[in-house]
Amino acid sequence: MSISVTSQFPIFKKYKKLVYLDSANSSQKPISVINAIDNFYRSKYSNIGRGVYTLAANATEDYESTRSTLKEFLKAYNGDIIFTKNATESLNLVAKCFGENFLNSGDEILLSELEHHSNYVPWHFLRKKKIMIKFIPVNKDGNLDITNIKSLITNKTKIISLTHISNVTGKKTPLKKIIEVAKSKNIPVCIDGTQAVAHTAVNIKELDCDFYAFSGHKMYAATGVGCLFMKDKWFEKFNPFLGGGGMIQDVDIKNITFANGVSKFEAGTMPAAEVISLKFAIDFLKTTKIKNIEKHENELISYAISKFNKMKNIIFVGKPDKSSSLFSFNIKGIHAHDVSTVFDQDSIAVRAGHHCCQILHKKFNIASSLRVSVGVYNVKQDIDALCESILKCKKLFKIQ
Amino acid sequence: MDLTELYQDLILDHGQKPRNFGKLKLYNHDAKGHNPLCGDNIHLYLNLDKKGIVTDLSFEGSGCAISVASSSIMTEIVKNKSEKKAQELLDAFFKMIKDNNDLKKIDLTENEKIKFQSLSGVNKFPMRVKCATLCWHTLKAAFDNQKQPINSEVID
Ligand SMILES: Cc1ncc(COP(=O)(O)O)c(C=O)c1O
Repeated sequence: MSISVTSQFPIFKKYKKLVYLDSANSSQKPISVINAIDNFYRSKYSNIGRGVYTLAANATEDYESTRSTLKEFLKAYNGDIIFTKNATESLNLVAKCFGENFLNSGDEILLSELEHHSNYVPWHFLRKKKIMIKFIPVNKDGNLDITNIKSLITNKTKIISLTHISNVTGKKTPLKKIIEVAKSKNIPVCIDGTQAVAHTAVNIKELDCDFYAFSGHKMYAATGVGCLFMKDKWFEKFNPFLGGGGMIQDVDIKNITFANGVSKFEAGTMPAAEVISLKFAIDFLKTTKIKNIEKHENELISYAISKFNKMKNIIFVGKPDKSSSLFSFNIKGIHAHDVSTVFDQDSIAVRAGHHCCQILHKKFNIASSLRVSVGVYNVKQDIDALCESILKCKKLFKIQ
Repeated sequence: MDLTELYQDLILDHGQKPRNFGKLKLYNHDAKGHNPLCGDNIHLYLNLDKKGIVTDLSFEGSGCAISVASSSIMTEIVKNKSEKKAQELLDAFFKMIKDNNDLKKIDLTENEKIKFQSLSGVNKFPMRVKCATLCWHTLKAAFDNQKQPINSEVID
């Protein structure tokens, strides 16, 4: 295998037997990220953006340089990045702010049947305003069927919001084609990049989307920080999302004016240590090289799929994609939660459930599935251990 | 922890071939239970006669081996018992699963006891307690004819 970084992750020293195959849920943290948080609190801590003293100035600089690092990493030069709590909050921000100023009764929003609940529920709230939600359908392989995209996007379509990579099938959305059609009709596009940023090179400028949302904790950084890229023009067009300290320009008894740019959308004390951890996570990704990471993860997934294909009674959710970092499956006749309990006995961490994608699971007529997702630290032996455990499971349940 | 303690043959059997499965033609009490995290769901139907005896009960739904087996076994044991007795069994079941209490004092036939106790292995698997208890919570809701579905996340 091309990379070997497992030793940089303390959790695998503590739990020597741990087979962690749940990185799509949240990734483990490298020592550089853990140290960065520790170091910030030990020797650099102060609140950001509030004080004029040196400590505050330095903390603010670290915080802001994380933003620049992120913009450079994602080639997000045609806008800016707002820090939020998680991808969910980022998507809620877009839905609420866009809905408030740009959607009226009878307007349409286009999503897909692959969406995570966090890219559906916030839009669902807008149904109160008599707004229609349409879905790009999924075919039997679990891929988006965009043959009718031109008729799905109508004169009433006001925004399109889609996942970059499905968190159930691992498949990449054909964004280029969809964004092309959207652009020709001047429709803004929001991308949920939560499953993409740590697994494939993302170039926001080239994508030419209006919004791009993701979470830090799935890209080797701390929990508690999400990001939202917005194209420059939206900063003025949107009203603030949350109100409070830090997002105002001037306040008096009758009137309030708001800050400009990212500050307008970062109300209250921000999670500075967690944001700064993201800078170290990106350093880690850059040093390891996203190209190598993608290759490594794709090799592991290809290896897993070929081993799975040799086993009986495995049912994939959709057609698994070898150029991916994850896939989902069931063992015929055994419920995903029973399988997961057996895996747990072998220290294998795999997510069982609907992975916050009930629409997709219902489409395939299943209540739940098991998701195998890899990260930089996984090795072939992890896949071997998984396959062993599947055999054990079948034996226990007396299934071939 | 031994998996065969959790997945005893009796559990596998009831999990794969649940008894009293389907909707009762005649019932006067019913309730739904749902485990949102796992997607397990159950709809329980029962017929309570004037003397307070559960003359028949059945369930529909889907879930893991533990939840299906637990529902199946519960329906077998509760059938033809009084509501009062069913409440006692419910308490005993929770004590067995959560506190690992044994069932010395419980008034069940030997065969019923074996079935009842087959679920005691869940005690060692805290993540699976909800799967085993969902049907019993739903039974209580059915006696009360509770309209709001039972949500295992809120209860346990
Ligand atoms: C595709 C996708 N979108 C959004 C989210 C939500 O992320 P978070 O829970 O960090 O807000 C997830 C994570 O579960 C995801 O996989």
